[in-house]
Amino acid sequence: MKITLRLFSVARDLAGFREQTMEIPAGSRAANILEILQDRNPKFAEWQHAVRIAVNQEYVSNDHPLHDGDDVAVIPPVSGG
Amino acid sequence: MVEITHSTIDVQSIVGTVTNSESGAIDVFIGTTRNNSDGRGVLSLMYEAYEPMALKIMAELEDEARSRWNLHRVVVVHRLGVVEAAEASVVVAVSSAHRKEAFDACRFLIDRLKRDVPIWKKERFVDGSEKWSVSKATNQESTGALK
Repeated sequence: MKITLRLFSVARDLAGFREQTMEIPAGSRAANILEILQDRNPKFAEWQHAVRIAVNQEYVSNDHPLHDGDDVAVIPPVSGG
Repeated sequence: MVEITHSTIDVQSIVGTVTNSESGAIDVFIGTTRNNSDGRGVLSLMYEAYEPMALKIMAELEDEARSRWNLHRVVVVHRLGVVEAAEASVVVAVSSAHRKEAFDACRFLIDRLKRDVPIWKKERFVDGSEKWSVSKATNQESTGALK
């Protein structure tokens, strides 16, 4: 299945891209996105417990099932204000 | 009302927006760029956001504040892009009949904005270097953090 992956702040810097359509295995869950990113850049491991995942603009838990067409965002610790 | 802007925030105009004759209190929080961070000189901050989600969560926070306190008007504005030292990056303004609701709601809104709204700042130091202002521990206690 296909998802759109959006990265922000430090996550974007680590991955080297802002937005990408990505083919992922059926049955993938939110946490699998971090594993995919970690495979590409091991430095993601340092952020594993700090980042949140948002699906279709809502924060989800790590076992949230992903669906074809989902808009998935990696949200590093926010620092607005 | 929640808003994201790329230009200077007009605080006086926001105060005007929340002013009304039923209110006895207006509380305004203004977050500004501090010219130092951990002892280093800061020239400016550069803010970016996941804009549609940021606006969505800001609107949810307004709804939650309105359900918890009896508020007359609420304005939350966050600026993106480069914000120079002493300039405002965020303004929260709340009006209510009495000061307690206004103080409590204003504090709730800025605290939750800083915890949950997907906005990030990069510090630009006087020595020319740049750094995302992040702590690897920041979000661990927040709702929805990956465990």
